[in-house]
Amino acid sequence: MSIQSLELPEQQAERAGWQRPMTLSEQILSRAAGRPVAPGDMVVVAPDLVMGHDSLSPSIIKVMRDQLGVDRVFDPEKMAIVLDHVSPASTVGTANSQNIVRAFAREQGIRLFDVGRGICHQVLVEERLARPGMLIFGSDSHSCSYGAVGAFGSGMGTTDIALIWATGKTWVKVPPTIRVQVRGRFRPGVSAKDLALRVCRELTIAGATYAAIEYHGLDWLPLEGRQTLASMAVEVGAKAGIVPPTGVVTEQLLPPAWLQVHEDAVYEQELVIDLAELEPQVARPSQVDDVCDLSEVAGTEVSVVFLGTCTNGRYEDMRAAAQVLSGRRIHPNVRLMITPASSLEMQRAMRDDTLSTLIDAGATLTTPGCGMCMGRHQGTLGDNDVCLSTGNRNFRGRMGAPSSRIYLASPEVAAATALSGRIAGPEQV
Amino acid sequence: MSRVWKFGADVDTDQMVPGRFAPYMRPDKDVADAAFIEARPDFNREAVAGDVIVAGENFGCGSSREYAPLALKRRGIAAIIAPSFARIFFRNAVNLGLALFVAPDLVDELQEGDQVTVDLSAYRLLQGERAHELPALPDFARAIVEAGGIVAYVREHGGFPEVQS
Ligand code: SF4
Repeated sequence: MSIQSLELPEQQAERAGWQRPMTLSEQILSRAAGRPVAPGDMVVVAPDLVMGHDSLSPSIIKVMRDQLGVDRVFDPEKMAIVLDHVSPASTVGTANSQNIVRAFAREQGIRLFDVGRGICHQVLVEERLARPGMLIFGSDSHSCSYGAVGAFGSGMGTTDIALIWATGKTWVKVPPTIRVQVRGRFRPGVSAKDLALRVCRELTIAGATYAAIEYHGLDWLPLEGRQTLASMAVEVGAKAGIVPPTGVVTEQLLPPAWLQVHEDAVYEQELVIDLAELEPQVARPSQVDDVCDLSEVAGTEVSVVFLGTCTNGRYEDMRAAAQVLSGRRIHPNVRLMITPASSLEMQRAMRDDTLSTLIDAGATLTTPGCGMCMGRHQGTLGDNDVCLSTGNRNFRGRMGAPSSRIYLASPEVAAATALSGRIAGPEQV
Repeated sequence: MSRVWKFGADVDTDQMVPGRFAPYMRPDKDVADAAFIEARPDFNREAVAGDVIVAGENFGCGSSREYAPLALKRRGIAAIIAPSFARIFFRNAVNLGLALFVAPDLVDELQEGDQVTVDLSAYRLLQGERAHELPALPDFARAIVEAGGIVAYVREHGGFPEVQS
């Protein structure tokens, strides 16, 4: 795929009536559908990139082969498979399933990122496979993460992805767009995770169902902060969550000329968030929109702190935690689990003293990947465990025993909580 | 005669089938055995083919795991009635041919344990002497569900249902 291929041919633009102001989602879906689209339209589209991971790929392969009767994928160049959800394998069953996926990728010529490379959403951005203006679907609900680079990313299930692998096409309903307008800058100790949780608090768990979100006023926000924010769009039910490609994303990923923010585009709703007033936010068990200011839950005892996931497992997240933990030891009643989002992020944390600081403080390091986010391995929670996680979901039983409880917060709060054994912010420790 | 299982709002897919019970983690087991295994053990033990789920807003929020609706489908759940469904769950369920109905009034009317019968061919739910109408899905989704799922539809017609443009 070349950057060139993403450009909308001129006559197509003309036919598309491109002058009509559209939101970023409408522009991307218009290009993918080959005609101008409006919210509510049902369109058949050809995605630019399709991602599958180890958790669902074995069943996707089965549906494609056994149910659809198709032997070859539509275009291996437009595909990527990442083994990250149980990585490395924890049972004979998962090991066998992964071998099936490996053999399939080899036979079909699909690029495969094997265990240890990292979480799918991080790897596709690092490898520059996900780029501005693309339409990307993945077998994972957090595929909205690609909005961090100005792509329309969305999650689908086994059968939808199998159909794309087989035919190169799928159907979507064009979503209306909600505009999140951010003002100001973060106060010290507050970061993109607090903004993401604040959006959940304001919009609520179903507040953006079937809609797309566009985040404005963040031209200054580095890529990793955009990834944190976009990854949680699905937590309010959104189909996609896009940060307009500006600043660092523009410099590195060269957005196509046709992808432009039109100030006259029609938004369904606008939410304004003033960062000057934003305090550290915490989501309480067991719903991601049950979000409060840190002060309301400060002092709650925890047994586990988890630093990782596609939302907050990058170098900058580990760095922020290391700054709080430097020269100190975590509380004896707490296990601090750290799972870097990718091998590259882990290497970045090895190049300076970030990783050694974390390990000196008592952290346990696991293989890059999803780690304990889904409760399957590498630190599954037991009965009555209380975990503060930098992840994105705190549903009951997600990380293990149904009686365990999950709080969600930023890496800064995670580190301070690991130190004190109770939920705390960096200023309190 | 079948019964109604009533659920609240925002039932997430981690409740329907926790990640630890995914087919990937238990390749030799039927995922139907894991339906609501921890969140609703009575459902897990007793739900039988023909039963109906009646739930609050945003049913199926959370992950893209298709094995969540698959577990309900394999369990023989005849219909899921809610005021609204989460997006990915809705797609997955339609693709599997699971009958979904967006019917806020019915949700208020039907109670836990009610004895009902679903007649999908007539889009009706029978409760004693009363017959409630089940609102059809949009044409596109309805065509898929009536074919028995998207795979059956595509095999039969060679492509997706017609879309309005
Ligand atoms: S880190 Fe967690 S949320 Fe992200 S892709 Fe992996 S399992 Fe999903």
